[in-house]
Amino acid sequence: MSAIILFTAGIAAIAGWWLSQQRLAAKPWLEEGAIGDFRGGGASSLPASKIGLGVFLAVVGSLFALFISAYSMRMELIDWRSLPVPRLLWFNTGILIVSSAALQWAQVAARRDDGDGVLLGLLAGGVSAVVFLIGQLLAWQQLNTAGYFLAANPANAFFYLITATHGLHLLGGLVALGRTTVKAWRGVETPRLRLSVELCTMYWHFLLLVWLVLLALLTGWADDFAAICRQLLT
Amino acid sequence: MVDVPSDVLVGIPPAEVGEVDLYHPRSWWTRYVFSQDAKVIAVQYSVTAMAIGMVALVLSWLMRLQLGFPGTFSFIDPSQYLQFITMHGMIMVIYLLTALFLGGFGNYLIPLMVGARDMVFPYANMLSYWIYLLAVLVLVATFFVPGGPTGGGWTLYPPQSILSGSPGQEAGIIMMLLSLILLIIGFTIGGLNYVVTVLQARTRGMTLMRMPLTVWGIFTATVMALLAFPALFVASVMMLLDRLLGTSFFMPTLVEMGQQTKYSGGSPLLFQHLFWFFGHPEVYIVALPAFGIVSDLISTHARKNIFGYRMMVWAIVGIGALSFVVWAHHMYVSGMNPKFGFFFATTTLIIAVPTAIKVYNWILTLWRGDIHLTIPMLFALAFIITFVNGGLTGLFLGNVVVDVPLSDTMFVVAHFHMVMGVAPIMVVFGAIYHWYPKVTGRMLNEALGRFHFWVTFLGAYAVFFPMHYLGLLGMPRRYHDIGETAFVPASAHDLNAFMSVAALVVGFAQLVFVFNLIWSLSKGKESGGNPWGATTLEWQTPETPPAHGNWGKELPVVYRWAYDYSVPGAKRDFVPQNEPPTRLAPQGVHP
Repeated sequence: MSAIILFTAGIAAIAGWWLSQQRLAAKPWLEEGAIGDFRGGGASSLPASKIGLGVFLAVVGSLFALFISAYSMRMELIDWRSLPVPRLLWFNTGILIVSSAALQWAQVAARRDDGDGVLLGLLAGGVSAVVFLIGQLLAWQQLNTAGYFLAANPANAFFYLITATHGLHLLGGLVALGRTTVKAWRGVETPRLRLSVELCTMYWHFLLLVWLVLLALLTGWADDFAAICRQLLT
Repeated sequence: MVDVPSDVLVGIPPAEVGEVDLYHPRSWWTRYVFSQDAKVIAVQYSVTAMAIGMVALVLSWLMRLQLGFPGTFSFIDPSQYLQFITMHGMIMVIYLLTALFLGGFGNYLIPLMVGARDMVFPYANMLSYWIYLLAVLVLVATFFVPGGPTGGGWTLYPPQSILSGSPGQEAGIIMMLLSLILLIIGFTIGGLNYVVTVLQARTRGMTLMRMPLTVWGIFTATVMALLAFPALFVASVMMLLDRLLGTSFFMPTLVEMGQQTKYSGGSPLLFQHLFWFFGHPEVYIVALPAFGIVSDLISTHARKNIFGYRMMVWAIVGIGALSFVVWAHHMYVSGMNPKFGFFFATTTLIIAVPTAIKVYNWILTLWRGDIHLTIPMLFALAFIITFVNGGLTGLFLGNVVVDVPLSDTMFVVAHFHMVMGVAPIMVVFGAIYHWYPKVTGRMLNEALGRFHFWVTFLGAYAVFFPMHYLGLLGMPRRYHDIGETAFVPASAHDLNAFMSVAALVVGFAQLVFVFNLIWSLSKGKESGGNPWGATTLEWQTPETPPAHGNWGKELPVVYRWAYDYSVPGAKRDFVPQNEPPTRLAPQGVHP
């Protein structure tokens, strides 16, 4: 459970930092009156949807941290046989990086008020994300043909489960990205698209980060790290 | 609305967040059924939760009938008994209490108490309810599938919950897991809404430290739920794969009915870790909103400011954080590393400290207060007693050496029913009697309410207090029929029969409550806008029940904290949060 504990500790640190900005030591019973002179009164200047997405990413992060925790606990048992990671995954990783970069491009373009750049970035990001998903399916197929079936070993089961969960999250993101792209296609003014583009970009970067962590886990790079964690906790 | 003298408004900055575009329903369907108004969604959540709660209540009757009068009711066989237990626990903890506190009270109270027009994502809010309803319907459907609902216990421990021989192994367990997955998705959508609304939609002047403790409780519980529910989600998905596709996440190598199963090497312990990483925070996900609500009930009905407001807020946050590191105290007998047990026993004792602070503060709020023994107050007082009671037995069970012999006995059942069943339900009832006038514009009937209170309170003690003794005798839980055993005297059976009768009486008292809810809707005394003389914003709406958008033209401006009761020199014994100060405090001078 070390991964989820670390993750929760990280969230607690962020929450603690935020709370420390909120004058929790105030004595509200003495502070009668208008609020201009009391800090911490209003909301943050970020749009609600961005905060909402931030909170959602914390939930998704906790989901993956739990999968990782379960993975590292299960791999301790004797029947675990790691599976070879298909080479295709490296290509897919590259594509996902491209996808994220394209959306970053779109975001920069949106800030510059460059409508064409936004559309181009969104399309490139969307197409490469679809290519990534197809690549993941092909990787599944390769493993399946090589005899690494879902139920044959827990390592296989985890591989399919974790990549599927990541893929489904990307698929969900594609729905939002698709809606934004359609709006850009129809020529909605760029300033009105900026927020949606920023939200998509944020989500994409997060899913890229998650994928890199998962890749480290699935290729075994994270083993050493997990071993250290276990050492610390036991 | 309070008339604000113009000089007071000087120096109030404009709203930092622009007004949200409210969704305006155009038809009856979008107004009352597919509504995006948090108040309507709150009622939908509450009614659904209470309806499924009644099913769980009936299941508890059936269990009690079997326990009190074994052998008398031939239609309750051992399998069904296990199914009743499982569904009763699952429904009460997750589908009733969690949904009612967060979906019901959260939806109704958060926007009104922080001075918002609605939740920040109204569409997502509606979606959250409909997914919850779907989850409930899938759950109800398990009663009608071949093999019936799962009987694996509410914790659904593998391997037994998905092996043949366990009731509901065919379809019940699959639908149970699907229902949980749906519920978690629906809840996550709703939870995001509650958190972001508290963060972003507070009205001007509503600093965090001016929020009523109810909002603090619901807010913290929601944050915890958002982080904890994924653990149940992961566990459910993995178990579903074990059951459907034959993976071995949790399923060890074993022989079933003389046949080697397809499973090998899985870890049931892993499931327990995941389940309780959700399961323990879940206790506080239910308790924190209850803590918050009860603080407001006590303060309002004792006409006194809450004692130690800051400490109460810190305690809520502290309990929220600590509750993530106590989960394995549910697993002392699971075969995990015993050193873990020591660690978790320590954290369990530590979490009792902020909890005890809250109890002391409630009592000190009552101290020399102008206590009105209204029905909400009665329920609040009953909560304090019950919570202390259940909390103390929790301290026993939190210690490994005490827990080991008491594990799987009726003592555990008595403990968690006191602390997690009766105590929160007392708050639910108190809160309903308190806020019903705001929701409907009418008071609940007083006489029926008092009858309901006394029968429920005394009855619940008649059921669960003796259960502690049965547990100390060693009477095991989850047994269909204890039979003749050397260590259980005949008098224990008489006690069981007595508890069953009490349970039936308490159950019927709830029908009185439901009748009161329906009857008062049209026949109740008109309440006016603020029948209790409360300070918080929801009582200051221009209309009662609050109209769509809550506040008329202008959002309220908050000038003070939520607990200005019996302020010396004030005209009335309460000063609403949006009442401007009689004179402006000198700029820049803060005590």
